[in-house]
Amino acid sequence: MSDVRRTIDAIWRIESARVIAALARRVGDVGPAEELAQDALVAALETWPASGVPDNPGAWLMATAKHRAIDRQRREQLATKKMDDLGHASPRAFLPDLDSALDEPTGDELLSLIFVACHPVLPREARVALTLRLLGGLATDEIARAFLVPEATVAQRIVRAKRTLSEAKVAFEVPRGPALEQRLASVLEVLYLIFNEGYAATAGDDWMRPGLCEDALRLGRVLAALAPDQPEVHGLVSLMELQASRMAARTGPGGEPILLLEQDRARWDAVLIRRGLAALARAQELGGGQGPYALQAAIAACHARAQVAQDTDWVHISQLYNLLAQVAPSPVVELNRAAAVSLAFGPAAGLELADALLTEPSLKDYHLLPSARGDMLFRLGRLAEAKAEFERAAALTRNAQERAFLLGRAQRCSPPGANQDLG
Amino acid sequence: MRFMMLMIPTGYEKAQPQAAPPPEAIEMMMKYNDSLRKAGVLLSLDGLHPPAKGVRLSRAGGKLKVTDGPFAETKEALGGYWILQVKSKEEAIEWASRCPAVQPYAPDGVATIELRQLQELTDFSPDAQKVVEKYPELAKLAANQPGR
Repeated sequence: MSDVRRTIDAIWRIESARVIAALARRVGDVGPAEELAQDALVAALETWPASGVPDNPGAWLMATAKHRAIDRQRREQLATKKMDDLGHASPRAFLPDLDSALDEPTGDELLSLIFVACHPVLPREARVALTLRLLGGLATDEIARAFLVPEATVAQRIVRAKRTLSEAKVAFEVPRGPALEQRLASVLEVLYLIFNEGYAATAGDDWMRPGLCEDALRLGRVLAALAPDQPEVHGLVSLMELQASRMAARTGPGGEPILLLEQDRARWDAVLIRRGLAALARAQELGGGQGPYALQAAIAACHARAQVAQDTDWVHISQLYNLLAQVAPSPVVELNRAAAVSLAFGPAAGLELADALLTEPSLKDYHLLPSARGDMLFRLGRLAEAKAEFERAAALTRNAQERAFLLGRAQRCSPPGANQDLG
Repeated sequence: MRFMMLMIPTGYEKAQPQAAPPPEAIEMMMKYNDSLRKAGVLLSLDGLHPPAKGVRLSRAGGKLKVTDGPFAETKEALGGYWILQVKSKEEAIEWASRCPAVQPYAPDGVATIELRQLQELTDFSPDAQKVVEKYPELAKLAANQPGR
C-alpha cells in the first residue's frame, strides 16, 4: 500500500463518521448518505496522490460529498419535474435545502448516526456490521475478516440493513423520552458484542479480530463524550477498559488461555485500569451504580484493584453478583455468583447455589458448571465426586489446553497414597 | 499502537520561568485536546514548565554536575506531551497535523511536533525481556503493555 493510500485510510477512519452523519442529516437517510461519502472517498483516492493531501482533508471530503449530493438532488428534481409535466403526482414534494448548511457536523448528528446504525428494526449482526462500517470507518472486507465470514455476506447485510432503514422510514434523530432507554440498550449491546468478538480472538487469528476490541473501546469513548449524562454508557466503557487491560496477560507464550486468577498482573495495562476506574466512578456519580454494565464493571474493578489474586475482595464481588442477579438474571451470572460465594464464604455455600443450576437446560453442556462444582467438591474433600466433575468438564470443553488442565485436576483427586503429587 | 506526541515550542528553551501562552492560544489548544478526547484516541496528556524551572544532572570531570535551568547549550525543549491510541503511524500523523501549532494560521516555525511510538516488552531481546520481567511493579506503571 502506498503512503498516500495509508494516509487516506487514516483520514477516512477519523472523518468518515462525521461526513456520513452530516450528509444523513441533510438527505434524511443513511443509505444514500454513506454512498455520497464513499463517492467523496473515491474522489480523494483519485486526486490526492497527484495533488497532495489538502490542508483540511475533512472539509475537502465534506465539500466533495456535498457537491455530489447537490448533483444528485438536481437530477432527482429534474426527474420529478418531468413526471409532473407528464401529469404524474410528484413522489417527493419536499427536498431539503442542501446548500443551506453542510458545515461542521454537530455532536447530535454523530449521536443520531450511532442510534440509527444500532436500530432495533435491524437484525443484530446487521447492527454490528453497519456500526463498524458507518462509525468505525471499517471497509466491508475488514469487517468480514474480523468476523470470519465471507465478504459477500457482510456486503449483503449492509445493503439489506440500509434498505430496511429506508423502508421503515427510521428518523435520523436522537431518540427522546421512553424510547431512549430501549434504543440506548441496543447501542450498548452492539458495542459490547463487537468488543467480545475481539476478546474471543485467539492466537493465529487474523489481526483484525483483536482489533475489534480497540474499535469498540474507541466507539464507547466517543459515545461517552456525546452522551456524558448516561451512566450505563460510562458503565460499559469502564467494563471494556478494565477487560481490555488484561488483554496481554490472558494468553501464555504458546497461545494457551490463562485464567484470571493465574494471570501475571504486572502485564495488566495500568493506563486502561486507571481509565476504567474513572469511568466506573462517573457511572456511580450519575446514580447508575446498579446498572448491569456498571455492576459488571464494578466486579472487574475488584479484580483490577487486587495487587495479587489472594487480595481479591470476594465478599464484595459476591455482593455485586447478588445485585447483578437481580437486575440482569441469567444462568451464567448465577454460576459466577456461586463461584464468588464459594471463595467468599466457603465451598459449601457456593455448592448449594451451583447445585441449584444442575437442572438448568442452558447449562447442560456448559463445561464451566462441572468445572466450578469440581473445584468446590475438591475443597470439601469429596474427591471422588470432584474427579467425576473435572472429567465431565474436560469432556465438554472444546479447548484442548483447557481439557488438559481439567484432566490434570481430575488426576489430583485420586485418594492420598495413590498419587504422590497431592501434597 | 500508542504514540507519544511531543510538543516542542520554538524558543521554549529560553523561556522565562513563569512563561505561559495567552488565553486565546490555550483556548485553541483545549479545543484541539477535546477533539482528541471526543474521538476516543487520547489516553493522557500533560504540559511542562519551561526549562528555566528545571534542573539537569550529568557527569563531568569525574564529578556529578547539577545545573539549574535555563540551559544555555540546548537548542530545543519540550512543552508538553500527549499519549495517543491509534491504529497506524499515519493516523498519529493525521492527528498531529491538526494541532493548532502547525495550522495554516500559525506563524512559520512556531513549534515542532514529534511523534514517538511507545516501546513494548516484545520490542526487547529475549534476554532483555527476562530482566524487565523481574520488575513487575514497574510494568504496572508503564503507559504501554505488549499487544496494545
